Amino acid sequence: MTPARRVELRRATLNAAANSRDQTQKKAGTITVSGLSIKDLSMRFDLPNGSSVQALENVSLDLKEGELMSVLGPSGCGKTTLLNIVAGFLAPTSGTLVMNGHEITGPDAERGMVFQKGALFEWMSVRENVGFGPSMKGMPKAEKAQIVDHLLDVVGLQDFKEKAVYELSGGMQQRVALARCLANDPDVILMDEPLGALDALTREKMQSLVLKLWKETGKTIILITHSVEEALLLGERLIVMAPRPGRIHKEYHLPFAELGVGADLREVKKHPEFGSKRDEILAMIWDMEEEIMGRTEAAT
Amino acid sequence: MTGFFVLAIYIGVFVVSFFLVTKVVHRATVRDFTSLKTVTFGDESAVRPNRWAGVISILTIFLIWGMFTGSALLPKFLHAPAPFVGTAEFTYTAEANGQRDDATVTVLVHPREQDVEAPEVAPGDGFAKNDSATIAQWRTGLIRVDSNDEITKADGAEVVAINGQPIARGETVKIDSGSVTLSDKGTPNFAPSRGWQMEPLYLPPPEEVWTRTVQVVKEGFRGFTLWEHLGYSLFRVVVGFFFGALVGIPLGYAMGLSNWFRGWFDPIVEFMRPVPPLALIPLVIIWFGIGESGKIILLFLAALWIMAIAARSGVSGVNISKVHAAYSLGASKSQIMRYVIVPNSLPEIFTGARVAMGVCWGTVVAAELVAAEQGAGMMIMVASRFQNTDIVILGIILIGIIGFGIDMLMRYAERILVPWKGKA
Repeated sequence: MTPARRVELRRATLNAAANSRDQTQKKAGTITVSGLSIKDLSMRFDLPNGSSVQALENVSLDLKEGELMSVLGPSGCGKTTLLNIVAGFLAPTSGTLVMNGHEITGPDAERGMVFQKGALFEWMSVRENVGFGPSMKGMPKAEKAQIVDHLLDVVGLQDFKEKAVYELSGGMQQRVALARCLANDPDVILMDEPLGALDALTREKMQSLVLKLWKETGKTIILITHSVEEALLLGERLIVMAPRPGRIHKEYHLPFAELGVGADLREVKKHPEFGSKRDEILAMIWDMEEEIMGRTEAAT
Repeated sequence: MTGFFVLAIYIGVFVVSFFLVTKVVHRATVRDFTSLKTVTFGDESAVRPNRWAGVISILTIFLIWGMFTGSALLPKFLHAPAPFVGTAEFTYTAEANGQRDDATVTVLVHPREQDVEAPEVAPGDGFAKNDSATIAQWRTGLIRVDSNDEITKADGAEVVAINGQPIARGETVKIDSGSVTLSDKGTPNFAPSRGWQMEPLYLPPPEEVWTRTVQVVKEGFRGFTLWEHLGYSLFRVVVGFFFGALVGIPLGYAMGLSNWFRGWFDPIVEFMRPVPPLALIPLVIIWFGIGESGKIILLFLAALWIMAIAARSGVSGVNISKVHAAYSLGASKSQIMRYVIVPNSLPEIFTGARVAMGVCWGTVVAAELVAAEQGAGMMIMVASRFQNTDIVILGIILIGIIGFGIDMLMRYAERILVPWKGKA
């Protein structure tokens, strides 16, 4: 693929994204000034034995509406902590988070979360799980049923509507989790390794689904992953974090997410730049892991 | 001795039926390698109960029961050697003043519950006269053979031989139908052969238990019908358990959700949990007497701690991502309680309820053994005082069946009401 063709393709998909975003906003009937701004975020955990762990130090980030950002880093770099703070499950030690013009003080339906696994309500059917958010808001039944039906179509689980969630495979369960999150129409979707527990083939299908949903709904998405390939494929922006203290090490702006929408992801992976970026980031994370190991050895 | 024989028969049936079923029946029907799965130890699902083994096991118990009680349900040749019944005869030789004379003793050995007259015998000749006596099965009896003799023991007569075999005081001579022991005072003591069967006083045959069951069903026992006895026990269990759950579940929830409640009640619950409810019976009787209220309070206490602990662990066991997910889907605290924490704790609560019902059933029987006007436990206790072993066995069987039935019912309710149990 020539660079010119790529630019062209990108422009086309961006237009499509803008269109679909307009549509969703029209559907919702409101126009909001949205975006997520994180400033000088620090998080320190005090351990019972008196010592403390600096999980995050001076993390600053600005996320525009509709951006798809993946976060990558070695274990212990504070990725999940960052996500939990954004979700409002944890209060940061210092720093500010502003979302849609107001400060984040706790969990809210505007920030939906998709967990790695185990967060579905197994006492509810697939339909009830997807309709959980609307039910909590007290949405009228007919309206709720319409939303649920639509989302089950989108994730391809219409036939499993009345099944119990534990009867579904791992990939289907994650699709339910995605649909449940979307049913609430959040402004930001936070994904904590949502595909981490899936097998390779299911994972690839789910990656395509995430891209498709991102394009169709125009949601802002933060996705945490352990897989470098996944981070490259599912990140317009890619942040590599470094550990101890957790901080942003490097940021990339990548074309692969746009290229991957509606396309075969295996083709995207053949892109020459994909391979070089993957090797670069792998080496970077490898060095960090080495450094951690070295430090631990020195300490003992 | 008989015990070893019973054990040998039991092991024999086990081994023979094992080879018969696995090598003959199964070989003819299924042949696969799933049995190899049992090699993976700990994989409980790979080991399923063999239905044949279950049926044969129960039949074996009845077989052995019938064999050693001389049950009419079994053909005679399967019976263990029966105790002697009928007329036994032996001769004794008396010696007095240097003379010896023989006389015959005729003993009628009769079933215990029959009243019989001693058989008429001709006195015979010589100074020792023929005697007759009656002895119940499994019993022994001193036979004063000299009482009708011309020269009695007081005059210096002495028994020196039985059936021609010389005997001294304290010695025993075996005869066809039992044995004769000469007592320290010189009187023959006849013990008819006991065989290997159990005396009905200790273990009645199955059909007698059945007959008694029918009789108790028709006539009742001690002023109450059988159903009233069982119904009273069940009623106490249900009421005690109901109040235990009514208090215990909210208590467990409070302990799972609030530090203060947890701190306040933890010492009490942790202390009371290992105290067996049976140990509380004396105190409960002192405080509340032996009436209905005492029993229900005892069962309430038995169920309370189990239910509180089950509810507590059900609440604390909730996966934090579920709560987080509910929060970020816009649920309020009370909605999370209602739609996440409560349904998530139900499987644990059901497990607790099953345990609590089992414990309550055991406790109610024990409490009724101690003191009660009616109930399954009272029935077997009173029956045992009057040596009605058949009613005792009937009661034990009914208590077992009801306990099993309660457990089955709870499992069934669990399957219907919390199908997601263990599926998280």
